[in-house]
Amino acid sequence: MITETRLVQFDSLELDCGETLHGLQVAYETYGRLNEEKNNAVLILHAFTGDAHAAGIDHEGKTGWWDNMIGPGKGFDTNRYFVICSNVLGGCRGTTGPSSMDPRTGRRYGLRFPVITISDMVRLQKKLIDHLGIPRLLAVAGGSMGGMQALEWAVAYPEAVEACIPIAATARHSAQQIAFNETGRQAIMMDPDFQNGDYPDDKPPARGLAVARMIGHITYMSDESMREKFGRRLRNREAFSFGFDIDFEVESYLRYRGQQFVGRFDANSYLYITKAMDYFDLTLGYPSLAASLERATARFLVISFTSDWLYPSYQSLEIVNALRSRNHDVTYCELTSNYGHDAFLVDIAEQTEVMRGFLDRCQRDFRRPQP
Amino acid sequence: MKVRDVLGRGDYALISELIPEGARVLDLGCGDGALLAWLRENKRIEGRGIEVKPELAQRAASRGVPVYQGDLESSLSEYPEGAFDIVILSQTLQELRRPLEVVEQMLRIGKHAIVAFPNFGHWRVRLHHLLSGRAPRTALFPHSWHSSPNIHFLTVLDFEETVQEKGWRVESRLFLSGHAQIRFAPNWRAEIAVYLLRR
Repeated sequence: MITETRLVQFDSLELDCGETLHGLQVAYETYGRLNEEKNNAVLILHAFTGDAHAAGIDHEGKTGWWDNMIGPGKGFDTNRYFVICSNVLGGCRGTTGPSSMDPRTGRRYGLRFPVITISDMVRLQKKLIDHLGIPRLLAVAGGSMGGMQALEWAVAYPEAVEACIPIAATARHSAQQIAFNETGRQAIMMDPDFQNGDYPDDKPPARGLAVARMIGHITYMSDESMREKFGRRLRNREAFSFGFDIDFEVESYLRYRGQQFVGRFDANSYLYITKAMDYFDLTLGYPSLAASLERATARFLVISFTSDWLYPSYQSLEIVNALRSRNHDVTYCELTSNYGHDAFLVDIAEQTEVMRGFLDRCQRDFRRPQP
Repeated sequence: MKVRDVLGRGDYALISELIPEGARVLDLGCGDGALLAWLRENKRIEGRGIEVKPELAQRAASRGVPVYQGDLESSLSEYPEGAFDIVILSQTLQELRRPLEVVEQMLRIGKHAIVAFPNFGHWRVRLHHLLSGRAPRTALFPHSWHSSPNIHFLTVLDFEETVQEKGWRVESRLFLSGHAQIRFAPNWRAEIAVYLLRR
């Protein structure tokens, strides 16, 4: 399946910070077909560094980031469902973000880009869904930051969401999660090449961005998966170097991943998107999480993973218990996996089974949108 | 098709008869969700389940049953009062650490509670114990003493006494031997006792 990223323009978007963005662009892909009843549309929401290319193979031969979940006969079966995925606001993969041109100045936004939130991202996605002529989505689904967007969708647009699937997600970042994000941001901003966000294309703060990504990668794995994958194996050598070259396999892996990341991700986007995650708090403006989720009419499928220490199961349980306290329709599974936070991307056999049954029921019980 | 032909469990057949069309039902220890899925198809109930074993909870979820994977003894307090028409506890009472607190919770969150349990007073159990001098092992209690999930052994008489003490109201009591319903001497003859309680 060769896929194509499409672009759509919007005039303006009001932001939580009080500013308004003008001349926005959204990059998105779709898979499968929207049926006549318009009850088979699934919006996939990507995690931190993801993009619109969720499934299939693009013109460069790159496979989508959730291709194992989306496609004919897969968890999100494109024979049945019309699947949409867009790059988030603040991103650097086609949707307006800090690396875009500011139409007022003709220059790149850089740090003049306004600080955005998860609900700003969702508000822009809603414009896309309206543009596609879909009154009510069968499901909003995503892992990690994608799960936060899914939750925000269910609370902000209850009439437009039949089912909400937050995976390895949280209703608000913990101190630990904020701490990791801040460490990444500091690594970027302390790089002399950062230039207060006005770095040229060919000279980004590569060292800072690579270190930020190395830290990120550690948090996405688990102690066990790292032991299995690397152990204490040495890289291309029989003995220690007694220096600070690469000795261990794990060092080599992290450096490689860090460098690779610099080629595909913008340092300013890193700052803005991590900040949006840290600001996210579904309880803001409500006395409790249960009170906030009470707005939602969607059925929920909440999934967490046993070895995920970055978004631990207690955070999913917080969501689930808030829903149960209102006797909301919620399914909760803690899936067994050694892969840590990455599990939702790589360890998908059980996730697929659970997803299938849930989506199947939600489509059968699809409630028509009120005119 | 009869429910027992589908599910192969006599107590399920009785339970499904006790549940009215369209009821809100919570099944505690719902296993793979077979009962809830059957009730949804045949009685259009709105069902929820709780199951602690991950594989079983995932099987229930993949049937589209809204299951909560977790320990039922610590998770009932989350539900609001009167959230369900009927709360089912089928053959799990004898495995709980605090069975009475669970039944009290069931009567708080449900208008009715169905409690089904294996009767330790069945004559075969008594005979096995008397003749062998060992912890009873019958078709109903097949486990060895060290591997049994059962930690409380109760009889129909024991449960009747508890009902009296607690002041629970019994709407109906049904007794089963295999798939046959027992009308007299249930404490001798019933393998499974099914109680419909209300607040």
